[in-house]
Amino acid sequence: MSALAASSFRRRTHPAYVAFLVHRLSGLMLALFLPLHFWALGQAIEGEARLESFLRWTDNPLTKFAELGLVVLLAAHLGGGLRLLFIELVGWRDWQSRAIAFAFALGLAFGLLFLLNLGA
Amino acid sequence: MQRYEVPAAPSQTILDLVTYIQRALDPTLSYRFACRVGMCGSCAMTVNGRPRWTCRTHVAKVAGEGEVTIEPLKNMPVVKDLTVDMREFFDKWARARGAFVPSEDAARDFAVVPPSSPERVEADAAIECIGCGVCYAACDVVAWNPDYLGPAALNRAWTLVNDLRDDGQPERLLAVAGDAGCHACHSHESCRTYCPKSLNPTASIAGLKRATARAALRGEL
Ligand code: SF4
Ligand code: SF4
Ligand code: FES
Repeated sequence: MSALAASSFRRRTHPAYVAFLVHRLSGLMLALFLPLHFWALGQAIEGEARLESFLRWTDNPLTKFAELGLVVLLAAHLGGGLRLLFIELVGWRDWQSRAIAFAFALGLAFGLLFLLNLGA
Repeated sequence: MQRYEVPAAPSQTILDLVTYIQRALDPTLSYRFACRVGMCGSCAMTVNGRPRWTCRTHVAKVAGEGEVTIEPLKNMPVVKDLTVDMREFFDKWARARGAFVPSEDAARDFAVVPPSSPERVEADAAIECIGCGVCYAACDVVAWNPDYLGPAALNRAWTLVNDLRDDGQPERLLAVAGDAGCHACHSHESCRTYCPKSLNPTASIAGLKRATARAALRGEL
């Protein structure tokens, strides 16, 4: 039955569907992680040695990694939103696949830019 | 799942496979076809997990290891084997007001519709639908919400929204604006990806979204 099981999912393997999934999932993950992010930020800058502890906190590789993830999520979600706006408000047709590529490129570019900034 | 061995032949289509099986191997096999040339829209099935018109799908293009899996279309009740019940699919065309409504003075006046007018261009882009149900079978929203009118019916409604001679616009916009109408579409473009006529129902539905939103802003909905 494995051929039949695969078949219910194979029709969803096209770029636009992937874009739809990325948009949805990034939205979901943002909703989960943004509150956590602000809470952690709040914790870090509270108390006596505010600046000190904040700086130490941002040096933490785990923080850097989490922040990189957030930036990529934000960019991916923005890209997905732009794709929808172009299809639904501007009425893009043949440009749609390019809109998807654009959304992904944007996500990746933001992520990499952030990564480069961290490295510097 | 049944397995059959079918001898390969040049330019063989998926429909040829199914026909061979019925004629030579299993006369009880049920399936539907008519024109065999991509016009009638009756031969659609799920081939290797993707909805396709089988009379225009070459085996050589889809059979990887010399094997294909053929199933009935999704999102429609199976009558028997590869034959599905398309009643709901076509009823939804009626529910989306997919029938032309002539205006009172249609008999007296000829409507002049320049081929290059924006409305005619929009209608032209969506008009060649053969009613095969491929888009409907590909659409997740149909699976999630059985009342959803679906890409084909909404695409049809969009051609009529752009028909200057039609006199049923307010009712049509109302019919496609509801919970099960155009605004339920998630724009994931499975319909456009698989439509064998290369139509773009996603774009048509986006047009309906704009048209209904404009009508709502004007207080007409
Ligand atoms: S774009 Fe809309 S109509 Fe087309 S498959 Fe997706 S939800 Fe269905
Ligand atoms: S829009 Fe395309 S896929 Fe859908 S019924 Fe019409 S021809 Fe078939
Ligand atoms: S048999 Fe008519 S479209 Fe395939």
